[in-house]
Amino acid sequence: MAHNADYDGQWRLIWRRFRKHKLGFAGLLVTVAIYLVAVFAEFLAPADPNAISPRNTYAPPQSLHFFVTDKEGNRSFQPHVLGYKTKIDYDSGRRTFEENPRKVIPVGFFVKGHEYRLLGLIPTKRHLFGPVKSRDRMYLLGADRLGRDVLSRMIYGTRVSMSIGLVGVTLSLVLGVLLGGASGYFGGWVDLVVQRVIEFLQSLPSIPLWIGLAAAIPASTPPLQTYLLITVILSIIGWTGLARVVRGKFLSLKTADFVKAARLDGCSVPRVLVRHMMPSFASHIIAVVTLAIPGMIVAETSLSFLGIGLQQPVVSWGVLLQEAQNIRAISTAPWLFWPGFMVVVAVLALNFLGDGLRDAADPYAT
Amino acid sequence: MGQFMIKRALLMIPTMVAISFVAFLIITLPPGDFVDRIAATAAQDGDRMTDAEISALREAYGLNRPLLVQYADWVWGMVSRGDFGTSFFYSLPVDQLIWDRLGLTSLLSILTLVFIWIVAIPIGIYSAVRKYSLGDYVFTFFGFIGLAVPNFLLALALLYISFRYLGLSVGGLFSPEYIDAPWSLAKFGDLMAHIWIPMIVLGTAGTAAVIRTIRANLLDELHRPYVTTARAKGMPEHRVLAKYPVRHALNPFVSSLNEIFVQIVSGSTIVSVVLGLQTTGPLLLEALKQEDMYLAATLIMFLGFMTVIGTLFSDILLAWLDPRIRRELSGGS
Repeated sequence: MAHNADYDGQWRLIWRRFRKHKLGFAGLLVTVAIYLVAVFAEFLAPADPNAISPRNTYAPPQSLHFFVTDKEGNRSFQPHVLGYKTKIDYDSGRRTFEENPRKVIPVGFFVKGHEYRLLGLIPTKRHLFGPVKSRDRMYLLGADRLGRDVLSRMIYGTRVSMSIGLVGVTLSLVLGVLLGGASGYFGGWVDLVVQRVIEFLQSLPSIPLWIGLAAAIPASTPPLQTYLLITVILSIIGWTGLARVVRGKFLSLKTADFVKAARLDGCSVPRVLVRHMMPSFASHIIAVVTLAIPGMIVAETSLSFLGIGLQQPVVSWGVLLQEAQNIRAISTAPWLFWPGFMVVVAVLALNFLGDGLRDAADPYAT
Repeated sequence: MGQFMIKRALLMIPTMVAISFVAFLIITLPPGDFVDRIAATAAQDGDRMTDAEISALREAYGLNRPLLVQYADWVWGMVSRGDFGTSFFYSLPVDQLIWDRLGLTSLLSILTLVFIWIVAIPIGIYSAVRKYSLGDYVFTFFGFIGLAVPNFLLALALLYISFRYLGLSVGGLFSPEYIDAPWSLAKFGDLMAHIWIPMIVLGTAGTAAVIRTIRANLLDELHRPYVTTARAKGMPEHRVLAKYPVRHALNPFVSSLNEIFVQIVSGSTIVSVVLGLQTTGPLLLEALKQEDMYLAATLIMFLGFMTVIGTLFSDILLAWLDPRIRRELSGGS
């Protein structure tokens, strides 16, 4: 007997529909990949993101070579990068870098580097790839003002930037579900007040408000607290959109037959909400939440870029972009833009994923 | 219509009061004030201030009074004398610092809106009519990119490209010789020669969003029977389009006009910092960093007013376009 889709559960139907949305599916894969990078940042980053190296200030990206030729002219397979030949221009005080073909720095997989704890538990020194000798330095995406490895910093930054999106959206969701749910479920003056507040907040330009609130965080605040405060600041405005969706869903479901039936059966309010109403709009909420994450990521990046969000030594994409703030820095070291590229990739992937989820959220629609 | 406009304008007043309060609250709620900042700077220079000096200074600035009193005083000054307080940092009345910048911010925002309008509507119509054509795909692709690239990154990239390949610095809204010059035709011309870069940077995301909206709306309308009827009657294709479905498709666009405007005003804050524009953004950021509370609060308040007035205009426009809304707003509630 052929598989009959009519008997599948709701989530299976949503998944089938989602699979057909090619961009959405691609977005899912990229998003998962980025979050994996965030989780395994220490393992994936070849170098310690805070290790400075004054000799390599603004060193340009090295390219990866695969074969070495020894003195007899035999070619053999050995992935490597080439060290720099440094010249200092005493007039401008700048260094110029050239690849030095005689300084071969062998590169390999599962090499030993700086120590860390995998997943915060297992102490180890192994890294996915990097220079074979741990004293060598490799700059696949160049170095910044202090000679730190841009690639490693970007990989570490993924953790903060991507998680701030999740944490911020979770906070917004809690606020949005509570207030939007109350607004839709109780109606009356509660609804009126919540709606006016939402309208008011949405009519304000959010960035000046965010800047105003973020600038108030004293520079001496410990990093973790700053991180939490930033997510709170982002959610203060972020909840409004989610609350609207939740309210709309509550309003349309409140009078649905199965909800009335549950209530007449004597179910308590929380049970009606969680057991009967939630399942039918959870998929919509997931879609809306996914679409809200990119906004959070961009907001954090912008605030940190302006120097009023997260601060060094925390590494996020926005903090890294601070380095690219003035024209002098970016004209000598355009590779400082790489974190910006990651922001764009993450935002695109999440947007596609969200679009796909939104289209799949209601599997019974034609 | 006149009655509707008056009613709608009066509705703005409570919103504006709320905005002024929120603006003031944001600035004063956090710990630390301008006097702390002065004391910290003095301490850095090795000159420790005594507690008596600090509290005397706080009294001089009026910062020792309760929050609500400070707020009421500020609002009263505004309403009765047009006095927005004094900028602690510049030691100047706030209103001397802000008008030029607010003017430039509004000009930039409005121009950006017009730019979005001019670019997005034709492209949106084209994309819908020639659905799945090469052009449609190209525009869709750029639309996605436009939505995904944050404003300030685009500004940075533009700075880099023009510096690297064209050898010019595109920052600012004026050439150096005009910055402090009084307004003249030449200065205005100079402004126009500079303003298009921030305009494009600010407009990209909005343009992409509007193209998507118009394309989707128009696609819903194109296959309605009334379009077929018009065509069957022998109407030329471009008139069929312009007269019926496009008008339908524009309606949701007009109602989302204020959202776009809010985003422009909001986004311009960061873009103007990156591009070093003589608008409110850099002044606001500086004021916040210096805890220059009256200046910062006034700027945030006016940016809020700007979007409220933008919303007013878009509502009036919508009511003018759509009699149903007019009736609902002036009759009901």
